[in-house]
Amino acid sequence: MNSSIDSKNNLLKPHIPRHFIAVLVACLVMLVLCIIASLVFGSRAISFNELIAGLFHQNVDSYGANVVRQRVARTVFSLFCGAALGISGALMQAVTRNPIADPSILGVNTGASLFVVGGIAFLNISTATQYIWLALAGAMITAVFVFGIGSMGRGGATPLKLVLAGAATSAALSSLVIAIMIPRSYVMDQFRFWQVGSVGAANWSSITTFIPFLIVGILLGILSIAALNALALGDEVAKGLGVRTGVLRLTAALAAVLLCGATTALAGPIGFVGLLATHVIRLILGPDMRYVVPMSAFAGAIILTISDVCGRVLGSPGELEVGVVTAFIGAPILIIIARKAKVRGL
Amino acid sequence: MKPKHIFQAEGIVAGYDDKAVINKISLEIPSNKINVIIGANACGKSTLLKTLARLIKPTSGKITFDGKSISKIPPKQFARFVGLLPQSPIVPEGITVADLVGRGRFPHQSLFSGWTKEDYEAVAEAMEIMNITELANHHIDELSGGQRQRVWIAMALAQQTDILFLDEPTTFLDITYQVEILDLLTDLNQKRGTTIVMVLHDINLSARYADNIFALCEGKLVAEGEPSEVITSSLIKEIFGLDCTVIEDPISGSPSVVPIGRHHVTNGMHSLGNG
Amino acid sequence: MMNKSIEIIIAGRRQRRRRWIVVTTSLAALLFVLCCAMLLLGNTIYPVKDVMLALLGYELKGVSFAVNSIRLPRMLAGFFAGIAFGIGGNTFQTMLRNPLANPNVIGITTGSSAAAVFCIVILHTSESIVSIASIIAGLATVLFIYLFSKGKSFSIGRIILVGIGIQAMLNAAISYILLVGAQQDIPSALRWLTGSLNGAQMHELPPLVIFVVIFAPIIILLGKHLSILELGEQSATSLGLNTDKTRIILIISAVFILALATATTGPIAFVAFLAGPIAKRLVGVGFSNVIPAGLVGANLVLASDLIGQFAFDVRYPVGIITGIIGAPYLIYLLIRMNQKGEL
Repeated sequence: MNSSIDSKNNLLKPHIPRHFIAVLVACLVMLVLCIIASLVFGSRAISFNELIAGLFHQNVDSYGANVVRQRVARTVFSLFCGAALGISGALMQAVTRNPIADPSILGVNTGASLFVVGGIAFLNISTATQYIWLALAGAMITAVFVFGIGSMGRGGATPLKLVLAGAATSAALSSLVIAIMIPRSYVMDQFRFWQVGSVGAANWSSITTFIPFLIVGILLGILSIAALNALALGDEVAKGLGVRTGVLRLTAALAAVLLCGATTALAGPIGFVGLLATHVIRLILGPDMRYVVPMSAFAGAIILTISDVCGRVLGSPGELEVGVVTAFIGAPILIIIARKAKVRGL
Repeated sequence: MKPKHIFQAEGIVAGYDDKAVINKISLEIPSNKINVIIGANACGKSTLLKTLARLIKPTSGKITFDGKSISKIPPKQFARFVGLLPQSPIVPEGITVADLVGRGRFPHQSLFSGWTKEDYEAVAEAMEIMNITELANHHIDELSGGQRQRVWIAMALAQQTDILFLDEPTTFLDITYQVEILDLLTDLNQKRGTTIVMVLHDINLSARYADNIFALCEGKLVAEGEPSEVITSSLIKEIFGLDCTVIEDPISGSPSVVPIGRHHVTNGMHSLGNG
Repeated sequence: MMNKSIEIIIAGRRQRRRRWIVVTTSLAALLFVLCCAMLLLGNTIYPVKDVMLALLGYELKGVSFAVNSIRLPRMLAGFFAGIAFGIGGNTFQTMLRNPLANPNVIGITTGSSAAAVFCIVILHTSESIVSIASIIAGLATVLFIYLFSKGKSFSIGRIILVGIGIQAMLNAAISYILLVGAQQDIPSALRWLTGSLNGAQMHELPPLVIFVVIFAPIIILLGKHLSILELGEQSATSLGLNTDKTRIILIISAVFILALATATTGPIAFVAFLAGPIAKRLVGVGFSNVIPAGLVGANLVLASDLIGQFAFDVRYPVGIITGIIGAPYLIYLLIRMNQKGEL
């Protein structure tokens, strides 16, 4: 009798996932390794002396030191973008109660693309801030549209319905994107830099543009984390537990779109990072959102930075854009999920 | 009258993904009779039926039809003797009743031929037997569950086989339609001598309509014979784990199973069930 | 009694057959008109007589070049690719019993596309190598989708999800190849991203034509088998169809023509998806859908190309037009299937 009460108490205590500390330490170590790798590797490898000179001796003006300084911006940017995509993926998956919600799959990236192209073509926009707002608007409208179609009918938004709605919408929008670009070669030119999905063009001004969006997104995310755990049990149960599901969905979705929209606007469409990060974390730590969301940020930052380094090393002497690398790493995850999912859930 | 056929299985083992669902079953299907396979869920009823109808390859043992191993008979030729109605057949969207029934003629047609006189006759006859002639040019989507089931059986009939396998032909139907379908199948058996082998869920309807029962339990054949011999409270206890008493069906005189639960049992019956 | 039933059945079938014949003939007639339009229309509109003479081999200044080197190959490429996409797409849709299970959505054309773009842009190989590579890549994509989506039970949903995953990788590869290889050679990029008949040349066509002429009739002949496969594995087997063999022949034939069409014109968006359902809507169910689907495919490609060339003040490649028509239809179909609870 006593033992059953004990185990009940254990259940009621705030439960720290089994491997949490180990995972946290591992993540931090990997993060540091990533940062070093991102500074050192590239089409031109950097020696230790050059690294130190570039980081700490501002007066040294060797070629290697300058390369390092450039890579610092790139690394910081890719860490931020990765974290944003990781959180965004975790939130989207929780809001849609769907394991494959990811900006690239929901067609959100293409929506952002269409708005940016339209902006360049018809509104003459050219600054990073303008890109961000347009991309956000595009991302948000597309997300609502795709989710609307995907959740019609019996069973709500199943993975299959969402994927198909996303693929169809993406196809339609990318036709429009190309249709806008064909008669306007100057749009094509500007758009090309943006479209490849790369963190290579990062500089400190894009980072400072990005930070406010990152902060607001993270704050909104934190506000909704606890209630998202209740939402995982279904709308009815969540309502029964006193969660205002409508408000919660709106807040969390807003945070998710803000984070991925801003990333897409500055770095171009990068797919699958959120999907991958969230799945790895959930696999190790379990479904508690209080751990999944922050750790997905770590995982996202690590994944994006590693992918960027891989792209630089593999693509040498040029570079392989990070969007291409993440597609190759992330798509298999989609396939694995498809294999694991129950038939009805599909 | 359909000719007599000898359909035998010897020590067959079959299942999915190396997991044997039926284990060393040997049987002979009495020709020109109504045979019903009974058993609890997941005991291998459906697997047995599909193995006999060549949908699943047995991993060991052999099945012979008129002395020939069925794996050696060309598929189309086999399909002229043996037909099967799956448990949940798939309806192509927008197809009409006549066209669907006509697809049952496939084993009798060649690559280039259109519909011959025989095809039309077979389809018309099958539809008359199943009472669906008026529905000929309706779309399947417009029909009720009972009507659909009759269309599917008509398709199997248009195949003009001597042996017909049916996998739970009455599931998902109201009791009225269940009886109607079983009556139609009995007509078919009595008028033409078609051998029928089916899986049924309802033990009492099985006992009433079957000439011969195969009782399965955990992949083994545990009893076989006329319902009046086979259906006993001890057999029901063995294959379903259910206490019951077997009485005589006041309508047909066949055995009828009355279950005994933990509640609503008047005195004295407990011991009857357990004994 | 019996005779009366036979009459009812015959009457119904005659009516459906008449509809099939009327629709198919009309589609063929429309296709003929579009083919003529492809030859007659252009920057300069030459007299019909001159165009005819040029086609017959007479040297007419200006006319001969425009008709024989630009318009005729363009028309032929569109015609054969359209038939290939229509028949190939319809084969997959019927076999898997789902209009969504088409080469566009599950990525078979993307596989061929990636191989072709690699051969052409990076390796600069000859047409025959491009054809072979695109066929192998198409078959490999089908094989991968099959292997990865194989589970305890057949699930169309799993096939589609796996297909979309593979497609995402292939698309990433294509954009990378285009980026490094062609220095953003825009016409070729458009060809591989959306499909285009621009710059179709006579010497590129023989592989496509030969394969369509050989494999389209095989699929047409197997139309009856395809309609039996549509009843599902169990019914088809019990009707005496060798389902594995039939399926393999159909898949190989369909992939061959799809791959060559893709290698020639690029993956013209959504034709393989649209042709089957449109043809089915037009001819109804009961008679084989294969020939009408091929005709609808060719009509779609040629009509869209004419619209792309002449309807706007800018020339759009055919894939943009079919994409803008096709994607909303896909969305509409999704909404309808969702509401009916079919997904």
